[in-house]
Amino acid sequence: MLDGRGAVKRRAGARLWLSGLWLALVVLAAVFAPLVSPQDPLAQDLMLGRLPPFWMPDHEPGFWLGTDSLGRDVLTRMIYGARVALVVALSAGVATCLIGTALGLVAGFYRGWADRIIGRLVDIWMAFPPVLFAILLIAVLGTGLSSVVIAIVVIDWTRFCRVVRAETLNQSQMDYVHSARVAGFTRLRTLVAEILPNVLPVIVALLTLEMGIAVIVEAILSFVNLSVSTDAPTWGGMIAEGRTSIYQAWWVLAFPLAALFLTVLSFAQFGEGLRDRFDPVLR
Amino acid sequence: MQFARVACLRLLTTLITLIGVAVIVFIVVRVVPGNPIAMMLPPGATDADIERLKALYGLDKSIPQQFLIWFANVLHGDFGTSITTRQPVLGLVLGRLPATLELSIMALVMAVLLGGTLAVLGTRLRRTRAEAGIDIANGIGMSVPDFLWGLLLIVLFGVLWPVFQISGRVTPRLELPFTSQFYLFESILRLRFDLTRDLIGHMFMPALALALPLAAIIAQLLKQSLKETVNLDYAVLARTKGYPETSVILAEALPNAVLPTLTLIGVQFTFLIGGTVIVERLFSYEGLGNMAIDAVINRDLPLIQGIVILFALLFTLVNLAVDMTYAFLNPRLRHA
Repeated sequence: MLDGRGAVKRRAGARLWLSGLWLALVVLAAVFAPLVSPQDPLAQDLMLGRLPPFWMPDHEPGFWLGTDSLGRDVLTRMIYGARVALVVALSAGVATCLIGTALGLVAGFYRGWADRIIGRLVDIWMAFPPVLFAILLIAVLGTGLSSVVIAIVVIDWTRFCRVVRAETLNQSQMDYVHSARVAGFTRLRTLVAEILPNVLPVIVALLTLEMGIAVIVEAILSFVNLSVSTDAPTWGGMIAEGRTSIYQAWWVLAFPLAALFLTVLSFAQFGEGLRDRFDPVLR
Repeated sequence: MQFARVACLRLLTTLITLIGVAVIVFIVVRVVPGNPIAMMLPPGATDADIERLKALYGLDKSIPQQFLIWFANVLHGDFGTSITTRQPVLGLVLGRLPATLELSIMALVMAVLLGGTLAVLGTRLRRTRAEAGIDIANGIGMSVPDFLWGLLLIVLFGVLWPVFQISGRVTPRLELPFTSQFYLFESILRLRFDLTRDLIGHMFMPALALALPLAAIIAQLLKQSLKETVNLDYAVLARTKGYPETSVILAEALPNAVLPTLTLIGVQFTFLIGGTVIVERLFSYEGLGNMAIDAVINRDLPLIQGIVILFALLFTLVNLAVDMTYAFLNPRLRHA
């Protein structure tokens, strides 16, 4: 039994460190983008179009990961793309978390008609294909970063709501909640001071997961040309551009894809790692 | 009669959900900026022309009136006329639905096969390094969504080592003898296996991209259930009788461990269908999702409404079927 826990803990530790390391790298790249980028992210030079990365013949020094068809530096645009990804991850992640958690707590703790209305809304929301819903919302809201964030919040609050509601429902039946009520705590205080801290590990894991999802949704919207302007450097936009010239210049697609892949994976693994670390049963 | 009561109640909530979907779609689509009428008019159209077109599409009435008219029409199967193609929406949407269904079902089959194999393999090799490897693969499979798997597959097996097609549903120059849109199904029925191969060559990668996250989820849950079952009395008995470990897992543990996974697959199948929207776009696969994105970009309101309603109907029907099966299989409800 003890051995099993040790193994789980070790693996969780490695997972936490590796994913944390990559996320830290992305944050640093985003914050210091103008200092660490070798080129200007918007500078076009058709003479330097579709240069290959540095280990291939015909590469040009200074353009480490090659250039796209307009001669823009892939590495530089990736570094600037990290900014968009992180802004969306943080703002959409936190906003989704706050709204979904609040509704989930209310539905799970107060039950009754509030639970029924919220539950019905969740059912309706779950009947929409999320990507199509997002694209539709962007068509309504217009393109731009704030529209992307709003669309993610409008679509994904149900993820928090469902999980937090179930967890709150679980916790509400525990003895400590009854004790708090007997001790004269108001319902609101019981919810905030007693139940919320016990639901928190689940919320934290979901929050990092949601940040990864937000990055993906932004990339998908950039891919169909509905996020920020097409000129601005985003990973999804680079991927869309790379998809059209994939046989001539695979690197335009491959490098931002790798960044996106690692970032999404890291967000999910980081959350899982955190939850394992803070899970009282495993600890 | 508990089952009948549960079934009725579930049917009622499904109806409420669908009406809710219709209301929300209608509201969202009504506030889309950009005047669809303006895009349809030839240059030099008069005000009278505009009014006539508005009347034709019912845009001259109040919003609640428009909703009631539209909803009544939808109930009669009339989803209106597409603004870009000027064809009935229902026909367009039903014409694309088979492509999406074939892709989704192929992805589901791949996910079940892959996930099931990994689960059995992981159970067979439990407490070894191989199991730890499968766990890590599952973790990655689950955290990375279909969109990224699709892109990765394009780079790996479309470009660097080109073994599969990365765009379209079928090679365009082929002559297709099909009378329905269920190409894959029909090619098998007509014994045209050359076409079947071409179709699968096109579907394989989008289907795999859709299947990988679900396969990982299936592998994880099924392995967990299997590991709980392999040490129960009947499995131990089979083992002492001399059956090899793999047949103990397949014949004894699997039938008893599979129910939670089946429920999960039902729920996750709707997520898989939702994923087709962007995966079809990625692989230029001519299905419903690809059409939906074009409709949004062209602001083709009636078409968007029709597609979203159809998707919602599909989702709620899958969920309904899962719940009904579960309620039916659950002896506490069946015999009460």
